Amino acid sequence: MPDSLPPDSAGIVTPQALHFAEPIKLACGQTLACHDLVIETYGTLNEDASNAVLICHALSGHHHAAGYHSADDKKPGWWDSCIGPGKPIDTSRFFVVSLNNLGGCNGSTGPSSINPATGMAYGPDFPVITVQDWVHSQALLADRLGIQCWAAVVGGSLGGMQALQWSLTYPDRLRHAIVIASTPRLTAQNIAFNEVARKAITSDPAFHGGRYYDLNTIPRQGLMLARMVGHITYLSDASMGEKFGRDLRDQAYKFGYDAEFQVESYLRYQGERFSESFDANTYLLMTKALDYFDPAYESGDDLAKALAVARCEFLVLSFSTDWRFTPARSKELVNAMIAARKRVSYAEIDAPWGHDAFLIPTPRYTEVFTAYLDRVAREVGV
Amino acid sequence: MRADLEIIEQWIRPGSHVLDLGCGDGILLDYLQREKQATGFGLEINSDDITACMARGVSVIEQNLDTQGLGNFEDQTFDVVLMTQALQAVRRPDLVLDEMLRLGREGIITFPNFAYWRLRWYLLHKGRMPESETLPYKWYNTPNIHLCTFKDFEALCYRKNIRITNRTVVDGQHRDRWLSRLWPNLLGQIAIYRITRQEDS
Repeated sequence: MPDSLPPDSAGIVTPQALHFAEPIKLACGQTLACHDLVIETYGTLNEDASNAVLICHALSGHHHAAGYHSADDKKPGWWDSCIGPGKPIDTSRFFVVSLNNLGGCNGSTGPSSINPATGMAYGPDFPVITVQDWVHSQALLADRLGIQCWAAVVGGSLGGMQALQWSLTYPDRLRHAIVIASTPRLTAQNIAFNEVARKAITSDPAFHGGRYYDLNTIPRQGLMLARMVGHITYLSDASMGEKFGRDLRDQAYKFGYDAEFQVESYLRYQGERFSESFDANTYLLMTKALDYFDPAYESGDDLAKALAVARCEFLVLSFSTDWRFTPARSKELVNAMIAARKRVSYAEIDAPWGHDAFLIPTPRYTEVFTAYLDRVAREVGV
Repeated sequence: MRADLEIIEQWIRPGSHVLDLGCGDGILLDYLQREKQATGFGLEINSDDITACMARGVSVIEQNLDTQGLGNFEDQTFDVVLMTQALQAVRRPDLVLDEMLRLGREGIITFPNFAYWRLRWYLLHKGRMPESETLPYKWYNTPNIHLCTFKDFEALCYRKNIRITNRTVVDGQHRDRWLSRLWPNLLGQIAIYRITRQEDS
């Protein structure tokens, strides 16, 4: 798209694949003998490696968070609105690391990778990965990059859960955790939506118990449905209303069952596009990671007690119309941090876009995010 | 720093855990963190002030006292709960006072004294709601919906069995003047109180 790259773009970026030969023990009890992670980095690591920021992605995210892959790339990375020179996560000051998580389908080892033991795709044999497992693998990545302590670990939604988990698993290895549009645990309603998505995938005849790779097919319909229902939860009633209203594709009702309303064709289009580019087994895995996340579980449901080990400072942000992870969920997290006497700042950003608002640069969001990270940068001397 | 904040600062012991209700741009908490090794939070609803706190490194929580209360804070978790120039703007100052002393061992409060002689004179002379440098609003757009005087405040503390451990006063420029200390209700523009429910403070 861009004839020339915008001045606040991270520029042309190139992903790199890293191989980890050390075994990683997973929460489910299994061990992954070795794995690959695909990452991108933006900016320069300073001499004492104090300016590194880790970006954790959400359900369908990946390593390509900012910049363009080539001059004729149509779209920049998924969080380009917040990462780049002069943007909240300022790549002229920070060294930004973004990865595709273990279990992903964008180049890191996941269900669609070849299992060295069988020579076939892992498929359903790929272990279920938890947020804690991701944080362990991200710590191995930090070791590899020579980063002892992150200036900040940042994420939205499922990414925010990883930032929170970092503060508990490796309390000495981050200065700040920035948890955006997230929650300390899923509600029954959240899990219910995930279950609908999973059921859509696993009941697709083309799913073949997760071994569809070997049969050269994909559960297209199931993944499309899963994405459609997910997508509804990412938007708000108001933003859907504004975007589509009751607009029809044609002038009049057709009294049939094709996509007649604009919102129907939009959802179908989004679902179809997603089903072509995302792996169904990874989608199952990511939704399970969401469901299982519950740092308070081992502390007798006492989140403040679970947070006792944390040493970093927290920034928690929520969005007024987010009904997937409502401001009340963020506030619950903040209250536990207050009770645990942690340093925490919280702002609720007024934005009409529902859960997706964390990807959209509203003025106040940008201001708060910039002000906080500017202080983090000054703290680490960049 | 402003004289009222300087006075408050002297009342805070090093290492205190502090809650500042309506913390503004965080100037006082920032000072207490640096000079008194204090920890704690500010509560604020103004978005520019919240951003300013974050830029300063002051922990700030977006929370509205009137609509959300302070129920998310546990009893006696702070050494001091501060409220500078905000008590008169909340819906129920009496309940906020109770909450302050539920959360903290002591409270420090500042507010504009409505019995200041210039305000009395304004009302007497013009017959209209007083406006001044400390109260620059019209009656219909003022955030100060519960203005009171030194005497009013002390009567409320008496009724609530709240002990006043210190009382002082500054003028509109936040200067400390001996004359206004002598007749605070008439000559004092800004009241500064330190209160507690405990006997041994």
